[in-house]
Amino acid sequence: MNKKMNYISKILMVVILMTVLSCNKEEGNVTTIKFWAMGSEAEVVTKLIPEFEKENPGIKVLVQQMPWTAAQEKLITAVASDNTPDLCQLGNTWIPQFSSLKALTSLNEWINKSASIKKENYFEGIWETNVIDDKVYGIPWYTDTRLMFYRKDVFEKAGYNHPPKTWEELLDLSRKIKALYKGEDKYAIYLPTNEWAPFVIFGLQAGSDLLKDKGTKGNFSGKEFKEAFSFLVNFHKEKLAPIGISQVTNVYQAFSDEYFSMYISGPWNIPEFKKWMKGNLADKWSTTPLPGYKENYPGVSLAAGSSLIIFNNSEHKKETWRLIEFLSRSDVQIEFYKLLNDLPAIKEAWNDPVLKDDPYMKAFYEQFFHVVATPKVPEWEQIAFSKIQQYAELAARGVLSVDEALQRLDADVDRILEKRRWIISKNK
Amino acid sequence: MKNFSTRAAYFFLAPALSAIFIFFFIPVIAAFIISLTDFDIYALGDYSTVRFIGLSNYLELFDDPLFWTALKNTFYYVIAASPLSIAVSLGAAILLNSKLIKLKGIFRLSYFIPVVTTLVAVAIVWRFIYHPRFGIMNYFLSWFDINPVDWLGDPVWAMPAIILMSVWKNFGYNMIIFIAGLQNIPEDLYEAADMEGANGLQKFRSITLPMLAPTTLFVSIITMIGFFQLFAEPYIMTQGGPLNSTLSIVQYMYQEGFRWWNMGYSASIAFVLFFIIFIGTLIQFKLQKSTR
Repeated sequence: MNKKMNYISKILMVVILMTVLSCNKEEGNVTTIKFWAMGSEAEVVTKLIPEFEKENPGIKVLVQQMPWTAAQEKLITAVASDNTPDLCQLGNTWIPQFSSLKALTSLNEWINKSASIKKENYFEGIWETNVIDDKVYGIPWYTDTRLMFYRKDVFEKAGYNHPPKTWEELLDLSRKIKALYKGEDKYAIYLPTNEWAPFVIFGLQAGSDLLKDKGTKGNFSGKEFKEAFSFLVNFHKEKLAPIGISQVTNVYQAFSDEYFSMYISGPWNIPEFKKWMKGNLADKWSTTPLPGYKENYPGVSLAAGSSLIIFNNSEHKKETWRLIEFLSRSDVQIEFYKLLNDLPAIKEAWNDPVLKDDPYMKAFYEQFFHVVATPKVPEWEQIAFSKIQQYAELAARGVLSVDEALQRLDADVDRILEKRRWIISKNK
Repeated sequence: MKNFSTRAAYFFLAPALSAIFIFFFIPVIAAFIISLTDFDIYALGDYSTVRFIGLSNYLELFDDPLFWTALKNTFYYVIAASPLSIAVSLGAAILLNSKLIKLKGIFRLSYFIPVVTTLVAVAIVWRFIYHPRFGIMNYFLSWFDINPVDWLGDPVWAMPAIILMSVWKNFGYNMIIFIAGLQNIPEDLYEAADMEGANGLQKFRSITLPMLAPTTLFVSIITMIGFFQLFAEPYIMTQGGPLNSTLSIVQYMYQEGFRWWNMGYSASIAFVLFFIIFIGTLIQFKLQKSTR
């Protein structure tokens, strides 16, 4: 028995030693960068990597794909267990969370030394999403935002030869469109009650800063947000927008059926709308920047998209930075757009004919100069997805009045931010 | 000798016991400790921000309207769906056990197929069935001049719609267990009853039901425990909406824990759920004993 045990333990020792040794082995002078990306971005970026590896012999890139739905869990688990990759694609609204986990490398130094990556090459609002307390944690990879998709023909029937430029025009136009259908089950605009984005966008347009006291308290019952909130809820009350989400199982079909004529959405929907708006409908729709509050046209929208970040634990920061510089090159960004329709974050890339001559892209280019970041606190996603959404739905259905909804929203948000208040007061 | 055999028993039990200890008791104890703290995303970055807050999570939970909504929805679901599911599976089992039915294999198979089909696929099909404008459900209702119902979009109808779907999806499993139970009832009991001139209903009440009592207990406990953990159906069909009318307790726990990383709070929800299921099971045992 004892002898056998001895034998087994010896084998085990050898196996363990071998694994340890093989881990430490560097293949010649080749450095391998681990790059985690999400969904189709991961698929497509592998097509760009060979060129990078050709230009940079000695660096190999290992791309791993994560599904969007599980990405956040996987990344947080990776941070908790010290298994992070070198380079990662991160939704830019996630940056506050991961910087509060102290997992991200500040890139200021790298940017100062870099010949190609400069702040002024990027849309300002998009760049800002990566900055927390003057430290840059990510380089924008691709951008998106939300603007208005609309039916040109319906607008004309309602007597509008241009898209609405102000809130007032938006409301007036919606009423006119609704009047066209004379009681039919059709609507002017689709504002899904399970989406927080329109409420936040209109709040930002009205000048609300959403959170106050350094992002430690809700500011939703403030005058500005209240005005925006009641403005949108009113669309549901006047039946200018359908309530509920299940009536519109297929947004594209509903849009082509004139079930509604305006929809606030992002660039990911352009290929779909092209697919559904076929034949004589093909030239009946377009995109346009969002209307603004009073005279401020275009109104602001959300600065969204993904950034490239380097994890703190990376041992190959220099090589990883080279890859970031490569992916941020104008020609590579255009190539990436052609492969996947992800919009370039570099302003220069927009001079390329593929973007310049695309009628649907002009509005996005204009809108990107008017985008702002949502509050950069790690709790923001919870506030937006669970709380704003919840109270927006309650108000849209008339269960709560606007005042009640916003007061409760503020109370809930203050509760969520309690820890943040404590940490800030502790660090003083 | 006795001493030796006890030691031998422990020796053989050791692997199983240590597995249970490591993979069950330690996580449960850890979860309980976490439920007494405010472990959250800040704590993942810096353990020094964890605060021991005693029972605050539990107290906050009782003040949280969303928790009560989730609890109410879950009870609604369990109370409506469990008896319905058990009745349907018992009915199907009795029909399939009847000597008059031919092609039993095919029926048994087709009733069992929903159980093994991926829930995601099932949910997508049912979303079309429930579609307010094009769904087949509202088409059937239109035959009886009933106005279309927005099944998944109306806070009143969303839960019944989920119940209907999950009963349809799950009854096949209990049906198989009931069939096994029915086949264990000795045939001579029925023959004796026939001699006495008992009718079908009397036979069902005096023979089938009492003989199935242990099976029913098993089935109802398993069903209840499973149904208390309602998660996937609303997660896919409605994401807890509209107006949180289908938000279940497990879904709320998942949201708090893995979406917003409020691990402490989420763990306290888990323990409340554990306690509820525990009491539910105790009650069923008591009821079963007193009827005997």
